[in-house]
Amino acid sequence: MAGVDFSVFFRSQSPSRMTTAQTARTEMDSSAEPAQRRIGADTAFRLFVGACALLVLVALGGLVVLMGVGGHKAFSTFGLAFSFTDVWNPVADLYGALAPLFGTIISTLIGVTIALPLAFGTAFWLTAIAPPRVAAVVGTAIQLLAAVPSIIFGMWGFFTIVPFMARHVQPFLSHNFHHVPGIRFLIHGAPFGTGLMTAGIVLAVMIAPFMTAVMRDVFAAMPAMLRESAYGLGATRWDVMWKVVVPWSRSGMIGAAVLGMGRALGETMAVTFVIGNVTAVGWSLFAPRSTVASLIALQFPESPAGSLRLSSLLALGFILMLLSFASLALARLLRGDRK
Amino acid sequence: MNAVQKSESGWRPNPRAAGRRRSDRLATALGMIAAGILVLVLASILWTLLSRGLAGLSFAALFNPMGPPGSRGGLANAIVGSLIQTAIALLIATPLGLGCGIYLSEYGENNRFASCVRFVSDVLMSVPSILVGLFVYQILVAPLGHFSAIAGSVALAILAVPIIVRTTEDMLRLVPVAMREAGAALGAARWRVTIFLCLRSAKTGVLTGILLALARVSGETAPLLFTSLGNQNWSFSLNRPMASLPVAIYQYAGASYDDWVQLAWAGALLVTLGVLAINIAVRFSARRG
Repeated sequence: MAGVDFSVFFRSQSPSRMTTAQTARTEMDSSAEPAQRRIGADTAFRLFVGACALLVLVALGGLVVLMGVGGHKAFSTFGLAFSFTDVWNPVADLYGALAPLFGTIISTLIGVTIALPLAFGTAFWLTAIAPPRVAAVVGTAIQLLAAVPSIIFGMWGFFTIVPFMARHVQPFLSHNFHHVPGIRFLIHGAPFGTGLMTAGIVLAVMIAPFMTAVMRDVFAAMPAMLRESAYGLGATRWDVMWKVVVPWSRSGMIGAAVLGMGRALGETMAVTFVIGNVTAVGWSLFAPRSTVASLIALQFPESPAGSLRLSSLLALGFILMLLSFASLALARLLRGDRK
Repeated sequence: MNAVQKSESGWRPNPRAAGRRRSDRLATALGMIAAGILVLVLASILWTLLSRGLAGLSFAALFNPMGPPGSRGGLANAIVGSLIQTAIALLIATPLGLGCGIYLSEYGENNRFASCVRFVSDVLMSVPSILVGLFVYQILVAPLGHFSAIAGSVALAILAVPIIVRTTEDMLRLVPVAMREAGAALGAARWRVTIFLCLRSAKTGVLTGILLALARVSGETAPLLFTSLGNQNWSFSLNRPMASLPVAIYQYAGASYDDWVQLAWAGALLVTLGVLAINIAVRFSARRG
């Protein structure tokens, strides 16, 4: 009986070990339950954990399918043009995804553009420049702050960044750059303080600690030998960083950047506070806009069940799902090419 | 080193080396500036949170239920609601995540289905949390016709499961095969080996995963907006809308009443302290274990 157990589950078992095991078993099992029931329990256990795995699979499948089914009405009413129309008019019952998608993509791009050099510079400072004791403290603090809930960043942006943008940055920009042709269209708008730029800054602050923590781990995972050899050849800190560490950990860094981007794409609370929530498309980075997640958060509660508006919001959710899925797939692809 | 060598052997510094040193100094300065900016900004967040949150924190804020502006309302029902909902979420997510993680590590070698589940769990980990809220709205709120605390808990559980799955699988993989063989050699059935040997020796790591999931879930707002909705009054029924701290913060922070904004900051401070405390505990236990 015991032999059956082993051959099924542990193929590496050697015959001599089996005999000792058998004796051990007969010694131990004078009062144990019959082996038949034991195999039954094993099967039940296996079925249980398999069912758990299946449930996880079903959860994501259900998420995607339900989002698609819910958005079906919007897609069938507006066709594929839904993705490229910039109206969002609940009064006329006309909806298009362009405005929120535009807001999501531009604010994410701004966020990643600001966060990436900050995170890289900080990780460089932490691994190569700072005294080890300081680096340990600051690194831990940054890792901890990566776990702060996003609503905190939203509140901070709402009470700190928005007034700062409205009182200082926007008046300064419109005063000094109002007549510069290339920049004018970017800074056009009344100084509300909310908008794509503010959302981008808040997103950058939110994802920078996360990206720094990942990059620091990636840099630290490099064999010290490589670094030391480069220093031994007379390389400066920056030489080591740029010509040894970065090429070695390129895929990990890209992974960090893309994961940060994925977080920014789907972020709701940090953005809803500071984006201004106007469904419009335009190049000005300082005018109120909206993103997919913020639009869903704000308009879902006031959309009646079965309405075209609700369906359009679910269709937006479906598109957001695809975007976040694409960013994860991109991260995997870029990381996978090392192997 | 240059000065000494120059005088002795007539060695001249290489102009390219000078250039390299210049760019090194520039990069060092830029790195320090980047780190300085990041640390300053994060310190500013903590400072704002502490100064405004402590100002709003009072006996009334902790022990009174939410109320209309100016009525000395507090956050007590939101705090209790958050605790109840995250506890139920963990009760749902822990067995599910453990089971799935066990399946992946013990039965999931070279298995199509297992690698599929692994990928799906990774996708679930990065899915925007508001979409999870929408999903649970469609399966639990719309069919039943009302918002409920249990729907909120399910939404939080969906966010917690992939974290638990990942850490459980990773930790179980670290358990040496010899341990399993020893268990089997003593005649223990496989489920016994898995639960009483593998899971027990990976206890610290698995617990860390559960705590991390708790930390992640306890600050989530977006999935609760359409599921447990929030509630101004005391409610302990799982079948009715229930208040939660993050949703209360969201409602109060945008309000134009000063006492509500103060309460929002107090709530934000409480949530952050809770999440940070869990993370610090995890770190501490990881270092000891």
